[in-house]
Amino acid sequence: MFTAAIVTGLGLGSMYALLALGFHLTYVVSRTVNFAQGSAMMVGAVLGYTLCITWGLSLWLALPLTLLLSALYGLVIERWLVRPFHSRGSQAWLMATVAGGILVDNLALFTFGKEPRQFESSLVNLKVELFGNGIGALQLLIPLMGAAIALALFLVRRYTRLGKVLEACVQNPKAAMLMGINVNRVVAIAFAVSTVFAAIAGLLIAPLFSVNAEMGMLFGLKAFAVAILGGISSAGGVFGAGLMFGLTEALITLYFGSAFTQIFTFALVILALAIRPNGLFGSQALVKV
Amino acid sequence: MSFRLPTLQRLLSSTAAAFSLTLAMSTGAQAAEPPIKVGLVAALSGQSAKSGEALTRGLTMAIDEVNAHGGVLGRPLELVRRDDESNPSKGMLAARELIQREKVTVLFGGLDTPVSLAIVPLANQLKVPFMGIWAAGTRITENGAADNYVFRVSAVDELVDEALVKYGADQGMKKPGMILINNPWGESNEAGFKRALEKRGLENAGVERIQDSDLDVVPQLTRLKNAGADTLLMVGNVGPSAQVVKSLDRMGWDVPVVSHWGPAGGRFGELAGPSASRVHFIQTYVFTEHNNAKGDALLASLKTAYPQIKTLADVTPAVGIANAYDALHLSALAIEKAGSTDGRAVRDGFYGITDYDGLIKDYKQPFTAQKHDALGPDDYVFTHFVGDQIVPLKP
Repeated sequence: MFTAAIVTGLGLGSMYALLALGFHLTYVVSRTVNFAQGSAMMVGAVLGYTLCITWGLSLWLALPLTLLLSALYGLVIERWLVRPFHSRGSQAWLMATVAGGILVDNLALFTFGKEPRQFESSLVNLKVELFGNGIGALQLLIPLMGAAIALALFLVRRYTRLGKVLEACVQNPKAAMLMGINVNRVVAIAFAVSTVFAAIAGLLIAPLFSVNAEMGMLFGLKAFAVAILGGISSAGGVFGAGLMFGLTEALITLYFGSAFTQIFTFALVILALAIRPNGLFGSQALVKV
Repeated sequence: MSFRLPTLQRLLSSTAAAFSLTLAMSTGAQAAEPPIKVGLVAALSGQSAKSGEALTRGLTMAIDEVNAHGGVLGRPLELVRRDDESNPSKGMLAARELIQREKVTVLFGGLDTPVSLAIVPLANQLKVPFMGIWAAGTRITENGAADNYVFRVSAVDELVDEALVKYGADQGMKKPGMILINNPWGESNEAGFKRALEKRGLENAGVERIQDSDLDVVPQLTRLKNAGADTLLMVGNVGPSAQVVKSLDRMGWDVPVVSHWGPAGGRFGELAGPSASRVHFIQTYVFTEHNNAKGDALLASLKTAYPQIKTLADVTPAVGIANAYDALHLSALAIEKAGSTDGRAVRDGFYGITDYDGLIKDYKQPFTAQKHDALGPDDYVFTHFVGDQIVPLKP
């Protein structure tokens, strides 16, 4: 039964990791974080449900459309909740994004409705035999997708020109602009991509769980803890931290019962940060004088 | 130059004036008797929204009937509702507002046990009858207060647990595992289950907790399975109960699930998928193809008042409608007996009810100083979901 807990843990962990990668991306580009990330996950799930089930569009149309709309959501957040404050050196984007997330949650409550709904997916019922246990195909897909995205992020950042552009934007935005880099556009794209990650997470988890207007809140919170735990500036670190967090949750539940899960998990997070304040895989930001 | 309206406009405006005067006079005459307000505090949003809606409908149908027969003490009844969002603090605020600002004579409600438990001390302190119509926590009515203002027309956890264990034992259960929601309702039932099992000399395979936010309860179920559970006793709202069913599917564990009425509170058939029908849960009332006369009459009125009700699946959960309907009629009788809207008098009025032929049963002396619960184990029925409809199980 260890296997079942591992699979659950990896799946959960990948959810947290996908959301946390969004935090990571906007942070490395602009040193800002989108606290409406949890809401972005909910938006992805709700849009997916509405397009696919309520309006009956084909999955091949609904999914790209959902991701597109989620990207737009990210652009809106960056333009109206982050840029006005960040460009003036103010930290008010922290509160603005929190408020934006709450606003969107309540909008969803009014439009999508007050009840949780079920997103049917044949992928859930497809079973795969693994070490003598039947596992839903979707549960295997989630960590695989998460790993693929984290790897892609890492490769882009390390080996491509785009990666260098991202670095330049955060190290010295003014110099970057002088070099012909449109910093504002790069930051906006980073936000759009981060909300797309959250939407993917929402779409993946919806068939396993349910779709409701409040699903993003707890996830967003835990994902932020994961991002800090992994060292927010390292994609691989964040992904690894997400998996570890998810596995810890599942294993603690398995061995001690669910009453202790939150207590132990967060106590471990505090302990880890006390030992390594920059996150498990992060590094001290170098300040050149 | 003096201002004179053209002749046609003068005619029209004087007609309008006369018309509105007549209207004002007639409504003025009707409004001579101020309504008696009754309040509802329940979860009108979230996973139990359907249940809150059912309570509203039950109360509304009963109020319409009472008002059609001249109201209570010659005054019409009026319902004022507040959403507690399943949150005890919000429930308390809402209850306080309804009692002190709206001056309700009877407060109905409490969908969630934690919310009801929070409202109980307030009702007893402010001396306003609080009529529970859903939440089953034993300590809601059996709250130890010397001057108890809390009544209930609904299931009682202590008695439900006894009935669930009996049902399981009749099906051959020897070592059940408990999977309970992590809140006061779950705790209330844990105590009840343990007492019922002790009575029969049965041991349990463990107690696991589930949360509303749990994505996957495979770890908890795995622990129960490893401990040798042969039946699951489940207590939880729609969301977590659906997660249990989905997790059982993933595990491929074909264990019987005997549950409190949590699944009835929402779209269980949709959330839990095709295996939803494996959960056997308890109800106080079910609308079927063959109801008693009152049931058929109520069903017909519901369909008229709410045209979106087309099939029996749309009157789910029937429990909410039935409990609320009978509770309101009993409350109307209590107010009549009291002869006033004074809290203490109405409370004593409840004790004065000797006979009322209701929807769920024929009530004989439903309330006494020692017994504030109108329903007992004989009134429970076991059901399960078939698609979106709650259907009684063959005994």
